[in-house]
Amino acid sequence: MMMSSVAELRPMLPEIVMLVAGLFLMMFDAFSTAKQRGWMHFLATLSLLGTAFAVTLDMHFGAPDRSASGLFVRDALGDVLKLFMLFATGLVFVYGRHYFDSKRQYFGNFYVLILFAVLGMMVLVSAGNLVTIYMGLELMALATYAIVALDRDNGVASEAAMKYFVLGALASGILLYGMSLLFGLTGSLDLFEINAKLLTLFNTDGGSLVLMSFALAFIVIGLAFKFGAVPFHMWLPDVYEGAPTAMTAFIASVPKLAAVGMAIRLLPEGLGTLTPRWQEMLALLAMASLIVGNLGAIAQYNLKRMLAYSTISHVGFMLLALLSASASGYSALLFYVIVYSISTAAAFGVMISLSREGLEFDRIDDFKGLNKRSPWMAFAMLIVMASLAGIPPLIGFWAKLQVLMAVVALGPAWKTLVLIAALFAVIGSYYYLRMIKVMYFDEPESDATPSAALDVRIILAMNTLLMVALGFYSQPLAQLCGRVFGVGGID
Amino acid sequence: MDSYLLSLVIWLPILTGVAVLGIGEKRAPLARWVALFGSLVVLALSVKMWADFAPGIAGLQFVENMPWMPAFSINYRLGVDGIALPLVLLTALITSVVLIAGWEVIETKICQYYAAFLVLEGLMIGVFCASDAMLFYVFFEAMLIPMFIIIGVWGGPRRVYASIKFFIYTFLGSIFMLIGLIYLYQKSGTFELAAWHELALDRTEQFWLFWAFFLAFAVKIPMFPVHTWLPDAHVEAPTGGSMVLAAIMLKIGGYGFVRFSLPITPDASAELAWIVIALSLIAVIYIGLVALVQEDMKKLVAYSSISHMGFVTLGLFIAYMLASDGRPDSAALALQGGLMQMLSHGFVSAAMFGAIGVLYDRMHTRQIKDYGGVLTTMPWFGGFAVFFGMANCGLPGTSGFIGEFMVILAAVQANFWLGFAAATALILGAAYTLWLIKRVFFGEVANDNVKALHDLTPREWTVMATLAAYTLFFGLYPKPLTDVMQPSVVKLIEQIQVKKAAEIPESPLADTADVAAQASGVDSSAGVAP
Repeated sequence: MMMSSVAELRPMLPEIVMLVAGLFLMMFDAFSTAKQRGWMHFLATLSLLGTAFAVTLDMHFGAPDRSASGLFVRDALGDVLKLFMLFATGLVFVYGRHYFDSKRQYFGNFYVLILFAVLGMMVLVSAGNLVTIYMGLELMALATYAIVALDRDNGVASEAAMKYFVLGALASGILLYGMSLLFGLTGSLDLFEINAKLLTLFNTDGGSLVLMSFALAFIVIGLAFKFGAVPFHMWLPDVYEGAPTAMTAFIASVPKLAAVGMAIRLLPEGLGTLTPRWQEMLALLAMASLIVGNLGAIAQYNLKRMLAYSTISHVGFMLLALLSASASGYSALLFYVIVYSISTAAAFGVMISLSREGLEFDRIDDFKGLNKRSPWMAFAMLIVMASLAGIPPLIGFWAKLQVLMAVVALGPAWKTLVLIAALFAVIGSYYYLRMIKVMYFDEPESDATPSAALDVRIILAMNTLLMVALGFYSQPLAQLCGRVFGVGGID
Repeated sequence: MDSYLLSLVIWLPILTGVAVLGIGEKRAPLARWVALFGSLVVLALSVKMWADFAPGIAGLQFVENMPWMPAFSINYRLGVDGIALPLVLLTALITSVVLIAGWEVIETKICQYYAAFLVLEGLMIGVFCASDAMLFYVFFEAMLIPMFIIIGVWGGPRRVYASIKFFIYTFLGSIFMLIGLIYLYQKSGTFELAAWHELALDRTEQFWLFWAFFLAFAVKIPMFPVHTWLPDAHVEAPTGGSMVLAAIMLKIGGYGFVRFSLPITPDASAELAWIVIALSLIAVIYIGLVALVQEDMKKLVAYSSISHMGFVTLGLFIAYMLASDGRPDSAALALQGGLMQMLSHGFVSAAMFGAIGVLYDRMHTRQIKDYGGVLTTMPWFGGFAVFFGMANCGLPGTSGFIGEFMVILAAVQANFWLGFAAATALILGAAYTLWLIKRVFFGEVANDNVKALHDLTPREWTVMATLAAYTLFFGLYPKPLTDVMQPSVVKLIEQIQVKKAAEIPESPLADTADVAAQASGVDSSAGVAP
């Protein structure tokens, strides 16, 4: 074992910044007066910016930098994911500020918990070792359970947190079991070593294939839980609905980025040897998610639940990209999840800015005639919905296109999967259209004209504009994602 | 200026639309004028394009090409040929007319109405100009949103149902085309349409691709039995929406056949032409009969549209029968007939829907039984309506005659009974149109409401007269159109006669089981053998 030196800590600089900022904010929150706490929002945003700066300080395109004996990997994938996590979290902070303000007694805890959750995700996507993966995952999970439960007088939220906690713990247990099997097989916790050892085992000892498949199955199930893929999706709608909207915004948009990072670390990097096996497993999960997610969303009356099912269907698409098991597929996956998190943040941004004290604005009927009451908000939601439905030229279309391209490239044997994906993309467009219909075609139920604070409106406008602009010219983002996996680039 | 003329006619309307949206409801009169001015500028530019277009060249002109998404070889590639150019002009013309037609009629959300039509205009022109498949698809799909909103916001009582049905039908069709496009991209490494026209594809691939394209365009045009969205969409859409839908959007289906199905999958199209021909004949005859019994004027004209579009698909696919018989001249006649029919139907159907709009604005009913003797109270309008009715049944001297006559002539050359069946449709067309005219315009004044009708306002007069002028002009003198089309049609005939499948052996698509084994072997990078 090598001794840790300061130089060896350098790759972890962003995490260290985040950790220090989180700890500082915790203390600040505990020892400051109510008036001073007004600074919390500013300080939390500042910590995100500082961390983002630390990430950009030395972006790692090229060979991954494995420090702390391979526990921690610094590479382009991690860096890009971290930047977008911080970006999406920043959006959530802006959208949720007034919500946080209105819950004075827990005020600071929101920020501190979110920062720690993000820290967990950052560790997770940089993991080079099963232990790091588990550590990051649990840090993220515990913080998010607490975020959902924080509003303790709210019965629905507490119930959601309980479900989230029990199912999340179960998923962690299953994942851990798979990891222990892997350790038993290979005698290593390091992902790269595991991959190498599995390959030797595979070629020399055919008998261990059963055990390998077992370990793989448990790990895929654990992943599916975290993604919310069918049939491990039960917690998702309840958590989305139960958590306060500002919290849902965070839970919906940011952790998916981490889940993608974790999936790429575990499956292609750690278990690349078993690619055809997990391809088949993911194909089933993807199909089920597309079907259940899209059909389930149609039946919802609550926008948060609808978005939960829509998330499940998007997870189906992400799994499609993952199972294509090619560099262009992973690049499509990265592109997809980034687009997804930006779009979701915008969707919840609109919801939060329309919410009032005592009115959550989360029923679909609340949006009736929004075009009459607040045309720009309606337009922002129109863009978000059309983008999520994958209608060109919006950014969601390019994301879906890349995934379909990656799956079509797999060859004619997978054509059923492609056809199902296409068919359910059409079925899925129905519930997004219904939102547009509700906002534009229906008469308003009340005359209340909701209005949001200026900063929220500006950021929301920028967020929507970003989706439109990237739709017209998605090359920069596609190029970035391609560069992470060494594909595409310049013709 | 010619080097970016196409971009200008695509983006100018869209930007004007955004500007109109920005002007705001409070200054709606200004917004209307800005919108009209913008659409007239686009019309002027497309006339300039017509003037600068070099006839006698089969290839694309006014070509623009720059990388858009180099990561996937998607280019912003534009160009028009003799087939696309008249359609661009038609789009510019009809949009201006529609904006005038909606002047006083639209009272709510005026800016959004005008903006939606302008954006739609830009997107439709984009469809006709795109020579990159992905660019085509983007315009093709993006078009749905403004039309969805037009039907849903300013439409009739069942507008929600109609708009969602319209959207889902079209989206369902086109998503399979998208997969086809992706497949072709992976086969060829480019999205350039011209390259795909040369791309060798075996029988099985062509077969799958043909159906992918067919689904998309048959829904759009629409063909029996996927036509059911059209009557609903037409009945519920506002007058302007119906006019654009009938005059231009349906043509996009026909244009898609010409651009994609015919040249990219010539063998499959030749082999499956009989299905399309059969469906077209069902459309012209069966849908014609359905039109006969309609009680709602708009629905009647909607069914008549489907029937007329049957002539288009008939012309396009009969060309195969003729070409394989070694009669390329007759095949050219069939293709040109189909294309002429598209243009003519653009003027006539827009006029018919416009006329129904004129009546509806006054009486707020579209039921035929509520009318009678309108000619007595509205002589000018009655005159126009009767003229357009005649054009709709294909009376010689109107543009409606040219296309149908060419298609029937070609059909007779292919097979007498085919021609006979197509000609029957003319009689049916005359029957439902003339009967409609008789019930609404002739006879005694039916009731006091009809008695109180006042004749056309100058605005309505402009709309009617413009469309009548074009119908008459191209009916008497179609040469400008046929001259422009001729070289492109001849090239298309060459393309459809190519036997692409003969160039390569059977494809991997043929046997799934074999390929499954092969694919899993290739994909497992670490070398896992089953």
